Amino acid sequence: MRFVIALPYAWLAIFFLLPFALVLTIALGSNDPDSVPPVAFGLSLANFKLLFTDDLYLAAWLSSIRIAATSTLVTLLLGYPMAYAIARAAPRRQPLLLMLVILPFWTSFLIRIYAWMGLLSSNGILNQVLRATGLVETPGTILGTEWAVHLGIVYAYLPFMVLPLYAALEKLDTSLLEAASDLGASPLTAFLTVTLPLSLPGVVAGCLLVFIPSVGEFVIPDLLGGTDTLMIGKVLWDEFFLNGDWPLASAVAICLLVLLVGPIALFQRQQARSAEPR
Amino acid sequence: MNADAIVSISGITRRFGALTAVDHVDLEIRRGELFALLGGSGCGKTTLLRMLAGFETPDEGRILIDGQDMTGVPPYRRPVNMMFQSYALFPHMDVAANVGYGLRRDGMPKAEIGRRVGEALEQVRMADHAARRPAQLSGGQRQRVALARALVKRPKLLLLDEPLAALDRKLREGTRFELVRLQEELGVTFVMVTHDQEEAMSMASRLAVMNRGRIEQIGTPHEVYERPVSRFVAGFIGDANILPAGDGRWLALRPEKIGLFAERPVADRVEQGRIVEIAYEGDRSLHRVALADERVLLVSSANVTRAGNPFRRGQDVWLGWPADAGHELDA
Repeated sequence: MRFVIALPYAWLAIFFLLPFALVLTIALGSNDPDSVPPVAFGLSLANFKLLFTDDLYLAAWLSSIRIAATSTLVTLLLGYPMAYAIARAAPRRQPLLLMLVILPFWTSFLIRIYAWMGLLSSNGILNQVLRATGLVETPGTILGTEWAVHLGIVYAYLPFMVLPLYAALEKLDTSLLEAASDLGASPLTAFLTVTLPLSLPGVVAGCLLVFIPSVGEFVIPDLLGGTDTLMIGKVLWDEFFLNGDWPLASAVAICLLVLLVGPIALFQRQQARSAEPR
Repeated sequence: MNADAIVSISGITRRFGALTAVDHVDLEIRRGELFALLGGSGCGKTTLLRMLAGFETPDEGRILIDGQDMTGVPPYRRPVNMMFQSYALFPHMDVAANVGYGLRRDGMPKAEIGRRVGEALEQVRMADHAARRPAQLSGGQRQRVALARALVKRPKLLLLDEPLAALDRKLREGTRFELVRLQEELGVTFVMVTHDQEEAMSMASRLAVMNRGRIEQIGTPHEVYERPVSRFVAGFIGDANILPAGDGRWLALRPEKIGLFAERPVADRVEQGRIVEIAYEGDRSLHRVALADERVLLVSSANVTRAGNPFRRGQDVWLGWPADAGHELDA
């Protein structure tokens, strides 16, 4: 029995704690291109200091948070009506509708982002449609801009917003809306005073589930963004693969983790609260 | 519409696909009365109530409330409030905010709302719990809050959907009295829906017995009990012996109207039989007596002394009742 309980701990130790300790050790070292690995081990906080004083890095942090936040907001504005519609649909149709939302996950994430490259390129479908309808004269440049990154994040993370929102909205007791109506609330007022506040846990969960991974996104800004799209995930990759600066890259990884501890803890607390017995 | 009728329902019909839930119902409810819609599951009473509230739209017919045609009027514009069976209290608001919800929708000034909410909570004896959340209240307390919330707007009509169904027995009795007292005190017209005939009989000033979307009979509890119009009504309310009265007509004879005797009594109608079973209910005993022609009659006698029932199972007995003890049914 003890062996069975020990298994998850062992898994965590091997696949999380050990790598984390490794990365932390490297982050505390300094760059040494001649050795293998290219790290001179030590106990220095110089890398960390750099990350918070260097202009490029500061810009990258802010830019990542800004893009993630904006994308999260757009995902919320798109996802809420979707989740609402699914929750209000006939019960026998809901599983099908949910499956349609989840279906993209059955395909490779990377390939889907590549597909967006095709859609957004100069000769891609989007531009063709815009030209055909006469909205634009010359092919616009969407690929390689921040717009494309936002689009990619919203597309990729929409299910993470829709599902918790759906879960919260589906639990809503419709007799509460009838009671609101009976007491004088128009459908809009009933939505604002009853549905919206009661769906807030779902909103918070959805936003955190989109924001947290978006901050550190790499694939989307790399494939859909341009050279001036600064996101910390890309910067980390460049530092590791282009500059070969393992300690600095490791420091970025650690910092990102620490940065997201706050939102993650918030998410955990909110989930625990909503699971409390009533 | 009758001058003292506050609700006039004419020709109201509601269908759900092939099922006719409410079938051409005509009904008038008088101002200030406590009216009950009584019937089993699927008889249409809840659908009728919901049409009064505005949650369902009739397919045919008209509803007038205080002379105004309610066709096309949504619930939030009707002078009607409802106490839901599940109470439907807003979980994200405390008691005071729940009760004040309707008043806030009317744009009433905050101070006025506070006063009215306090008054309403006093009336249902929940003033000390104003800051509590619904999740922290017991079932009976939640019901009182739901009642206060429905009454605070001083509606012309208060609808109650199975008000006592969720309560345990002891609480039910106390709440029954409280509801009747409150209704008499406030003078608001109550319309309640229930499947419990004891509830309807003990609370309502008038009731309508419904069956399969139609009203079988409307009357006071006494009228409905002692002068049922059909076998359905006679059988639905209390216990009844339905006896053939010749010519395809029937007679309803209530168990308590029949006397049980050890010797042949002097009475208008006399029968001999054997006690097949006795159900002891504390305050009364219900006997199943088999007559010579195999018919079984229910005979009830009050246990007026503490000595216990003198009759035994298998005992040969005599039954006697006056000529007017039974009531001839129309259907």
